[in-house]
Amino acid sequence: MADQKASTSIEAVESGLAAQGYIASRQIATAVYLSQQIEKPILVEGPAGVGKTELAKAIAAWRGMKMIRLQCYEGLDEAKALYEWKYAKQLLYTQILKDKLGEVLGGAQTLHAALDQLHDFGDVFFSKEFVEPRPLLQALEQPGGCVLLIDEIDKSDAEFESLLLEILSDFQVTIPELGTVSAITPPTVILTSNSERDLGDALKRRCLHLHIGFPEQRLEERIVESRVPGISQTLRRQMVGFIHEIRSLDLKKLPSVSETIDWARVLVLLQASELDTEIVKDTLNVLLKYETDIEAAAPQVTTFIAKAARSNVFG
Amino acid sequence: MRENLHRFFRAARGVGVHVSPAESIDAMRAVAQVGVSDRAVLRDALLLTLAKSQDEKLALGDCFDLFFSQPEPRQDQPEANNDDAPQDADRPPSSGAPSDAGEGQSPEGLGPLAQMLLSQDRNTIAAAIASASGAASLSDIRYSTQRGIFSSRILDAMGLQRLRDDLDGLTTTNPAQAERLRAALDALREAVRDTVSQGLALYAREEAENLRNEILRNAPLARIERRQVTEMRALIRQIARRLRERYSKPRKRQRRGHLDVRRTLRRNAAWGGVPFLTAWKRKHRDRPKIVALCDVSGSVAQVSDFFLLLIHSLHEVVDDVRSFAFSSHLIEVSEILESKSPEEAMSEIMSNVGFGSSDYGSSLVDFEKEFMSTLTPQTTVIVLGDARSNNLDPRADILRRISDRSKRLVWLNPEGRLAWGFGDSEMPRYATFCTVVRQCATAHQLERAVSDIVATYQ
Repeated sequence: MADQKASTSIEAVESGLAAQGYIASRQIATAVYLSQQIEKPILVEGPAGVGKTELAKAIAAWRGMKMIRLQCYEGLDEAKALYEWKYAKQLLYTQILKDKLGEVLGGAQTLHAALDQLHDFGDVFFSKEFVEPRPLLQALEQPGGCVLLIDEIDKSDAEFESLLLEILSDFQVTIPELGTVSAITPPTVILTSNSERDLGDALKRRCLHLHIGFPEQRLEERIVESRVPGISQTLRRQMVGFIHEIRSLDLKKLPSVSETIDWARVLVLLQASELDTEIVKDTLNVLLKYETDIEAAAPQVTTFIAKAARSNVFG
Repeated sequence: MRENLHRFFRAARGVGVHVSPAESIDAMRAVAQVGVSDRAVLRDALLLTLAKSQDEKLALGDCFDLFFSQPEPRQDQPEANNDDAPQDADRPPSSGAPSDAGEGQSPEGLGPLAQMLLSQDRNTIAAAIASASGAASLSDIRYSTQRGIFSSRILDAMGLQRLRDDLDGLTTTNPAQAERLRAALDALREAVRDTVSQGLALYAREEAENLRNEILRNAPLARIERRQVTEMRALIRQIARRLRERYSKPRKRQRRGHLDVRRTLRRNAAWGGVPFLTAWKRKHRDRPKIVALCDVSGSVAQVSDFFLLLIHSLHEVVDDVRSFAFSSHLIEVSEILESKSPEEAMSEIMSNVGFGSSDYGSSLVDFEKEFMSTLTPQTTVIVLGDARSNNLDPRADILRRISDRSKRLVWLNPEGRLAWGFGDSEMPRYATFCTVVRQCATAHQLERAVSDIVATYQ
């Protein structure tokens, strides 16, 4: 693990993340700073594509730590998230060691004595050797700390949340056969959620709650600038202004930051110098992912371009 | 600052943000980290640690702004102060208008409050009001009717009694100054009233809301006033949320059953029957299926409205609901309810079948003819109505057949039990075929009825 830069202030966090190409708003920077200072996980909520997962990646890259990702889905359980006994290995070893066991127990006169001897070897097969660490346990075992990303926690079952509580508050897990495993270095934990269901109060209580919404126009321009350097300033302003207009419509899925970046790339590829109705209509499918949305937005394109251009003059 | 934070936590609870002791400790730690010099950062830190959802963030943000904006004493308003105010106010007293004080009488012999008022030091007075509010424990204010008592408590704490004596004394010795002092006192009263109103807005919201909801929960749904309909809808949504939380989780938890020996052996045939992979039986569980028949005639209509709103907001728990509305004849309304907002849906239903004179017999005939096939042995049928059939044939035989085909038949009647069977009420004849008959006149009873129905599927 590389040198761990302690984030001494909120500005340092902001510039650190910016160096990794993640333009953070002040709220985000404050959250990251606080989560380090008071060692609490961050629960990030917000619409899809505003950079929730990206935030975890940026933190990991900035602090030179490994990122361990746990993607949640319905039916995710202990065995896949925390640890699992290597059942096959245990079975194999007992088969191989059969003879050895015979030898060890050979000296015993009675069944009772044999049992006693067996007890002495008791936990051989339930030791660290036979534990298969899954992401959560891996995260605790990183000597240099890491960024643990628990992605889309709202997709998992409610029981899984309870499983996380011990890790989130104390950075430890309890394996019945082995005892409690504590984190060597407490990991930075980021949980993301798309609010598909309400998370439990117990989980929320253990986290800093950060809501990332659609960014303001200035911020979004900076994000595009850092992600798509090839784009001209005029076009950048126009397209971001256009997207902000689109977001005022009542659509099934509003375009978020990731769509903005995609669109910027597309416009650069098409070598557009400024927005016009033709090119917008041709590339609208990059921004909007539903046929009905495209139909709803298409008639407004000309008006929106005009509006974006006007705000450009004053901006 | 710690004192202020504690008061802020109380205010936060007032706006419905749950601040547990653990959260307040976190918030304290966060504030210790970021300091209090930058207001925006402080706001962010508190929002991050205390609020747990976007709604709470908005509420808490407003609360923060209100809390940290002390009412600015107005220009023309002389300040009041209590005992802890500095005693350097030996300047000539000046009245309402700022710095028009030219006279040179020294205010010896006046009480501290009078001196403060005459000295017109706004900051001192604001500080005095704040500390007097603390002494009068303004944060305990709960109801708007308490405003008067808290105002007078604060004024007393500031030394109003002494001020009165001073005023009496001055009226004879120095009428002009007395006049100024009186004006100053009026302004002070106003400032205190503002402070109390702010306190009420900050601390009393939760209590007032609870009280209102409690009254609303037990108000008869049928006779609800128009202006309360929106509030009632909000309350019904709350109820729906509570039921969802209660019933959507356990079903998943109990799904896994015993080891499925046959499937386990078959899966592990390749390893000679050594069970590497295990297979588990799944418990079979009925999915809730609900068929709702709602009377939308006359006074029952309003209750049906709220009932339909509730049952259709329970998607996570019951995803298979078919709703029918009737007065003189019966139509299916599921689609209308799914595709439109509650207000629009209800008005459309009403224009189709509403407000006729109810005829249970022919409505049941309509149902049997067209929709009998929707009933399965897993279905719960809910009938909501007062069973007043205008002396027409009740056709209880159809209800018997409905009962036979379904898992349960629940009748919800908005009328009180005493009225059942009197006049044209056919309730006793229908009741024989119902699994459960219960009164359902208030939001509270509605919640319990729906809760029981859903619980049978758990």
